[in-house]
This record gives sequence, structure tokens and C-alpha cells, in this order.
Amino acid sequence: MRTPQASETRPDADTALQVGKYTFQSRLLVGTGKYATFEQMAQALDISGTDCVTVAVRRVNLDPAKGESLLDHVDRSRYTILPNTAGCFDAESAVRTSLLARDLLETDLVKLEVLGDEKTLLPDPIGTLEATEQLAAAGFTVMVYTSDDPRLGVRLADAGAACIMPAGSPIGSGQGVLNPNAIRILMELVSQPVVVDAGVGTASDAALAMELGVEGVLLNTAIAGATEPLRMAAAMRSAVHAGRNAFLAGRIPIKLYANASSPMEARIAGAGSGA
Amino acid sequence: MEGRITIRVNGADQELDAGTSVAGLIAELQLRPELVAVEVNRELVARAEREARELIAGDVVELVTLVGGG
Repeated sequence: MRTPQASETRPDADTALQVGKYTFQSRLLVGTGKYATFEQMAQALDISGTDCVTVAVRRVNLDPAKGESLLDHVDRSRYTILPNTAGCFDAESAVRTSLLARDLLETDLVKLEVLGDEKTLLPDPIGTLEATEQLAAAGFTVMVYTSDDPRLGVRLADAGAACIMPAGSPIGSGQGVLNPNAIRILMELVSQPVVVDAGVGTASDAALAMELGVEGVLLNTAIAGATEPLRMAAAMRSAVHAGRNAFLAGRIPIKLYANASSPMEARIAGAGSGA
Repeated sequence: MEGRITIRVNGADQELDAGTSVAGLIAELQLRPELVAVEVNRELVARAEREARELIAGDVVELVTLVGGG
């Protein structure tokens, strides 16, 4: 956990999110999937304030006349593109996908996902660890999607991951952060940044994640699947900012009994209960 | 170097002139070369190797690009 420099003057000043050699000004990372149109996606990214967007690697469609590319709508001077290995169910295909993405984008960033099965989309821990080792050895900056198991997070960090990204809850489920304590423990055990990836459903989920002290939140469906994606993009931007500030500010302890905000002394005669 | 060969591209048969390079395949399919990455027989063919890499009958090619994802 890092805190901003004491010399910074604005009360809400913050440091950037640092992942290996990459620096992100926003702590909200946003996916590019499931939008109605490329235009809507581009607007949502803009409103979210993100400067890191995820993309997927898929076969080129050879049949119809080409059409537009996602990359025509993502300004690479503004956004760092983080290719994912979504849809890979073993380490080998995740590594192959990463190599293709690196060649295509000339980036060594990768969001590694090695999934167990199509129904749960839960990460496969062994495959994820194997792929992390191989990609880190090949020079990738690995941002690894994982379960919220703190010990697995340690193993991934030891294997060379640059960023540990535990799921708050299953991908696209909108269940929020189901086990905040596991994520707290994970943050204590690793020195790499921890980013909550997956499961965020609404603004309070993102704020809660940030209040735990994680370095960032990565989400896609919560914005793209909202009834009004653009408004939700604004909500997520505010939520990540609010949660981060609340974490840095240091919240009050939770107590069982009340603690009056107004003085109890010098009240007028006859006011209140007791003596 | 003469005649036609058949390779697999993204899971479907594709006929090509013998001697076609990976770069030539991309051109023949009218793809934007900067938007694709290529594997032949499960091995990456890096951007710089596309001109030199000649395809032979039975090669299994994957041509990928970027799409929306989370």
C-alpha cells in the first residue's frame, strides 16, 4: 500500500498506478466488450477517465467485407491497450495468444486469464501459474487474473507477475467483492499492486474494493451492460475516485454504540435523558 | 513453385499459389497487415518474418486481430 507524498498540496492528490514499467493515471481499467456500438464504447471509455483498456484476441473474420476494427476507435496515444487471453483454458493457448498480441500491439503487457470451464469462468490455478512463469520468463509484464486465494497470489507474484488481479466474484456476475478479507490478506502478502478484476456490478462495489486499499479496479460488463452505459461509466469513475480517497483518508473505526457529534455538555435544562 | 496448394486458414481450407508468403496471404485476403497477427503451425510468425516465410501445402494458419473484451 502506497500513500501520496505529504508535500502534495491538494487534499485528494494521489499517486499514479504503477505496473512494472507502465504508469496509469486512472485507477479504473475498463474493458471494450459488449458495447452496442464502437461509438458507444469510445464514449464510455472517455467518460470513465480510464487510460488503460482491455481487448481480446480472436480470429479475423474472413467472410464478409472487412468492416471496422476496434483499433479504429481506440486512440492509442491516449489509452494503453491491455490485451487479454480471455477464452483460453490452458497455459499453452494463453501463451500463444500473448505472443500474438505482443506482435500485433508491440506491447509486452498482457492480462493473463487461464480459465477452468465455460460455465463458471473461474481461473484455473495451475494453468494460470504455469502461464505466468512462462510469460514472465519471456519478458511480458503479466497482469494476472486469479481467484482471491491469497496464497495463490503469492505464488503468482513469485512466478514473476507484475500485478495480481483477484476476482471480486465471478466474471460478469455483478456480485461485487464477496471476500474482502481474502483481498486484504493478499495485499499484505505481496508487494506487487493488487487490482480487483471481475465481479463488480455497481458503483458501490468499485468503491468498496478501493476502500480495501487495492490499487485499481478492472471492469467491463458493469458499464457495458448497464441500461445507460455512459452514465454508469461516470458513476464508476466517481466510485473509484471516492473509494481511493476514503482509503487514503483513513476511515473511522466501526463501533457498536453511538458517539455524539455534538457536545453533550452545556445543554439546556431538562434536555435529554438520564441524571 | 508451380500450381496451387491448399492450406488451412482459421479452420477453413484456402487455396493459394505455391510460393505465396505469409505477407502475400494477408494481401490476398485483403486484410490490413497492421491489424493482424499470424501463427503458422502453432508458432508465431513475427511481423518482420512475414515476407520471407513461404507457405507450404498443409500449413495451418491462424490469423487473429483484436476485438472488444474485458
